[in-house]
Amino acid sequence: MKQYDVVIIGAGPAGLAAAVSAFDAGIRSILILERDREAGGILNQCIHNGFGLHTFKEELTGPEYADRFVKQVEERGIECRLNTMVMDIGVECGAEAESVDAKHGVDAMEKPSCRSLKYVTAMSRTDGMYQVAARTVILAMGCRERPRGALNIPGYRPAGIYSAGTAQRLVNMEGYLPGKKVVILGSGDIGLIMARRMTLEGAKVQVVAELMPYSGGLKRNIVQCLDDYGIPLKLSHTVVDIQGKERVEGVTLAQVDEKRRPIAGTEETYECDTLLLSVGLLPENELSAGLGVELSPVTSGPIVNESLETNIEGVFACGNVLHVHDLVDFVSEEAGLAGKNAAAYITRMGKEEAAGQVQIEISPQSGVRYTVPSHIRLSQMQDTQTIRFRVGDVYKNCFIRAYLNDKQIISKKRPVMAPGEMEQLVLKKEQLLTFVEPEEKSHCLVIRVEEK
Amino acid sequence: MSIKKLICIGCPLGCEMEAEQEGTEIISVKGNTCPRGDAYARKELTSPTRIVTSTIRVEGGARHMVPVKTRQDIPKGKIFDCMEEVRKLSVTAPVHVGDVIVKDIAGTGVALVATGNVNVSN
Repeated sequence: MKQYDVVIIGAGPAGLAAAVSAFDAGIRSILILERDREAGGILNQCIHNGFGLHTFKEELTGPEYADRFVKQVEERGIECRLNTMVMDIGVECGAEAESVDAKHGVDAMEKPSCRSLKYVTAMSRTDGMYQVAARTVILAMGCRERPRGALNIPGYRPAGIYSAGTAQRLVNMEGYLPGKKVVILGSGDIGLIMARRMTLEGAKVQVVAELMPYSGGLKRNIVQCLDDYGIPLKLSHTVVDIQGKERVEGVTLAQVDEKRRPIAGTEETYECDTLLLSVGLLPENELSAGLGVELSPVTSGPIVNESLETNIEGVFACGNVLHVHDLVDFVSEEAGLAGKNAAAYITRMGKEEAAGQVQIEISPQSGVRYTVPSHIRLSQMQDTQTIRFRVGDVYKNCFIRAYLNDKQIISKKRPVMAPGEMEQLVLKKEQLLTFVEPEEKSHCLVIRVEEK
Repeated sequence: MSIKKLICIGCPLGCEMEAEQEGTEIISVKGNTCPRGDAYARKELTSPTRIVTSTIRVEGGARHMVPVKTRQDIPKGKIFDCMEEVRKLSVTAPVHVGDVIVKDIAGTGVALVATGNVNVSN
């Protein structure tokens, strides 16, 4: 069996950036596994502009952004196997690992001085099913769209109901327009982008309905995708009926009350042949769960420490498989960190870590739904640590505050915060050290939204 | 004099801005966090522009479609003229990022360029 230092699952923006940064940190044995026919992930169908302002200081389209990273991977000669589906990731520890190694004929001299190796089972048309061994694994599988089945929309199941991302792939990559008269449920960014895209291709997008009293997408997408084309956005509205048996013939919307229950008498029916759903994204963690990675019930992504390492040693996560991002630039940044940390893990392998190290648990409270990472080992922390999170509601003129062992260490004024836009705080190690008693091994950092 | 409210589309921050307008003249812009916001507000209120992105068919390629964009922003009023021309276009593989498809799209003086790669079908 072939063995690699770093095996990366997925060649989307996260996987590519992780590979580049692991290589640049000195690792030469890297393998990327990708199930699609090309690298770049979802960026290949995101043909609109607005990517890369942070990473490249210029505005690129999705495919151009992907192309930059694909080129970086190619320049470094990193192995990337396309059309390859990963079926399973397993860990064999200690003595067990040795027996498995013997079974698979791994040369004893080559065997790393680590406690555990990971085994990645993959398959492709050309190579059939096979296994590779990995000293570290970086999970970069991305996310999936929430489907109709998760929504409880009444009505028949006619043709003409698509997730916004499916419609995006059909229009932008396959060259088909899925319908002519369109209603969109959900104001997530993909739905907004598709409202504009279908309009440009000659379809009539009649309305975008959003269940919540605020949009789930970026403000600028409301302006340039809806307002520019006179497409109405109906907040606090949902689909209460879908007409049509073979093909969608109409969709009925109704206003909802503060408990999101439809209000009788507010129904409006739109004649249409297509309903697009843009109702949220879910990290795709079947492989992670199979491996025994602990997942957060809030994000559906792995729970990670400051190094983006999961509860399974040597297994890292980044990008949308970890938590759904709004901006690919932040995915690249996060993935770069995961790649660097995987490299550092390999370099340090065999050197036992000091027992009983100082750990800070991060506790998201009042308005803060989750944080990534969820805990920090002070010994492994860099000079600064970015904490990313989302809030649960729309807040105006509020403060994001961080308290370490009940002492306020950060207070940041935010004019507007919304669940659709990811927030961040940057912690300074120097500052944390002044508040942490070295004898005390366990500390608590509370992050919360406060009105005053 | 009138006050116009705008949301900047320059980056994902989406700054909420207020611009004071006197006839065709913009007197002040408030609420922007960077110079791009100021520039956007002035342009948006006098001669609004957008970058247009779309796809065109590829003959003999490993993929059916290649993504394209206008290299710079074009007047908002020209978006549908631009799309009409784009719909009639096709190219022959291979196509690479940055290849000029049309030098001047819809009389805007702006080039239409490929934003993706499509290899020859094998």
